[in-house]
Amino acid sequence: MTLMTEQTSNALPAADPPAGGPPTASVPTADPPATAAPAAPQAAPIAQAGSSHARTIAVAEHAAVTIEHVAVGVEIEHLNAYYGQHLVLRDITLSVRPNSVTAIIGPSGCGKSTLIRCLNRMHEVTPGARVEGQVRLDGDPIYAPGVDPVVVRQRIGMVFQRPNPFPTMSIFDNVVAGLKLAGIRDRALLEQVAERSLRRAALWDEVHDKLHAPGGALSGGQQQRLCIARAIAVEPEVILMDEPASALDPMSTLRIEELIDALRTSYTIVIVTHNMQQAARVSDRTAFLTVGEDRAGYLVEEGPTAQIFTNPRRRLTEDYISGRFG
Amino acid sequence: MTALPAEARRVRTLLAEHRPRHGESLFRGLVVLASLTVLAVIAGLVLVIAKESLLGIAHNGVAFLWGTTWDPVHSVFGALPFIYGTILTATSALVLATLIGVGVALFLVELAPGWLARPIGFMVEMLAAIPSVVYGLWGIFVLAPWLRAYVEAPLHDRLGALPFFSGNPIGIGNMAAIVVLTIMVLPTVAAVSRDVIAAVPDSQREAALAIGATRWEMIRVGVLPYARSGILGAGILGLARGVGETMAVTMVIGNAPTISPSLFAQGYTMASVIANEFTEATTDLYRSSLIEIGLLLLIITLFINAVARLLVWRVAYSATSRSLLA
Repeated sequence: MTLMTEQTSNALPAADPPAGGPPTASVPTADPPATAAPAAPQAAPIAQAGSSHARTIAVAEHAAVTIEHVAVGVEIEHLNAYYGQHLVLRDITLSVRPNSVTAIIGPSGCGKSTLIRCLNRMHEVTPGARVEGQVRLDGDPIYAPGVDPVVVRQRIGMVFQRPNPFPTMSIFDNVVAGLKLAGIRDRALLEQVAERSLRRAALWDEVHDKLHAPGGALSGGQQQRLCIARAIAVEPEVILMDEPASALDPMSTLRIEELIDALRTSYTIVIVTHNMQQAARVSDRTAFLTVGEDRAGYLVEEGPTAQIFTNPRRRLTEDYISGRFG
Repeated sequence: MTALPAEARRVRTLLAEHRPRHGESLFRGLVVLASLTVLAVIAGLVLVIAKESLLGIAHNGVAFLWGTTWDPVHSVFGALPFIYGTILTATSALVLATLIGVGVALFLVELAPGWLARPIGFMVEMLAAIPSVVYGLWGIFVLAPWLRAYVEAPLHDRLGALPFFSGNPIGIGNMAAIVVLTIMVLPTVAAVSRDVIAAVPDSQREAALAIGATRWEMIRVGVLPYARSGILGAGILGLARGVGETMAVTMVIGNAPTISPSLFAQGYTMASVIANEFTEATTDLYRSSLIEIGLLLLIITLFINAVARLLVWRVAYSATSRSLLA
């Protein structure tokens, strides 16, 4: 893990690495606080736009956040995804920057969820589903022969659309389930990790006195934060969120968004959402996917969130953002 | 506002005038009658059996439940050997069938590809379609000699000092009955377990995979805990079948009213004694005592079935209520 962190800090200063470019191509830097730099160019277009939107303020604040934990980037290279013979994603090439929130938006059926399920090799769990192309996690190809998907999933956590705690397990056991699977039995360590993860998931205050109550007894919003705690307990480098608030009420949604904002300092986050306001509120960068004539999803454009929402390069994006379709 | 077209007015008039009401009440009457018939049959059955066993209950008293002597000639009726034989064979078969059946179910749902799962699932269900007298024939002519030569004799030679393996290994006896019952109960347990395991939401499997579970860990953490009460229900449905099974057991158990811990010993079950002796029941008391055993059997199976149904329903209900939440 230490080695990983060093490699990552090397890759970070490249504020705008070419898509698919190997991390080693970037200029190394030694000073960790400098890793906040990539956020600055993202803030710039907002000033140009001069919008008084709430999201502008939110995005601008991110630039000031100090990065406490260096996460890694994900490079998606010419990715095709299939269900059986049916192509659902065509030739996606996309660079996800470390320590940022990347939102994936697009109309229903464009393959948003499939795309992030390809990033932790969850797509192939569905019978008949397969993937072509490559995804690199901090430079490591996750679709190389011999790569164990289990190891990939330990490095890339996932939060799902519907809260899915293990209903028969206690809150405590839910949080440390991944650690227990990995064979960690040290009670003191498990307790430390459980508390730390629940605190970071903003759930500790609500559950600290009932850690041994079943996880299924919590409210929907609490269950989703429990699932986030469970995902971060295994210290992943990237967290994937598949419409994490779509099954929740507005108050719970707000809490999840606040949580995403807090987690960006420690993780690389990729969030799929069909709620454009949510994408604008929480993300640094946005990728817009749509469905082609052949019903396969493809990437229209990707860029700083403020730019995508105020000054998109492509007409399709503008039509979608302004609500003309989707 | 334009006037309604003529045909639309005609439709409205016809609908208002001519609503066939009598069909409604006829239909309602028929289905109510059908369900009342079922209730009447059960009530009638219980009443007649209870009435016919009154003579036996009066003569034998409560000691019927723990009396070990069954001597119709001297009018001494104790049902314990039959209760013991029933419980021994049915619960042993239940344990074996649950272990195998859950394994089969997990294979069919979690591991086998569709082209293999369908024929195997079909064959497992076919086991339930084989008439029980055929199982009995197979038990007498194939299973019992085979058990005697290759299982009982070696066990007796090596572990004969243990009470379970004492006595003469002749093939016919408790062990043969347990094996035949296991095979007969297996389809029930496997089929219900398969349905219960298939009803576990995929979100539970994905939750386990996302934190780095292997296939087996996913089953252990995400599938079995969720399905456990349903599997318990499957086992109890199997138990009910094992308790009531008559023909095949009668043919292989040896039909001796003894209470022995030995798997080689000959035993007797409640169902077997009724089937074997009702033609010889020459006195009213003898006949009534047999019916009293039938009453006992009825109460036990109804109770077991009720418990099993409740458990299976609880799982099915919690699964649907969870999916309705979203």
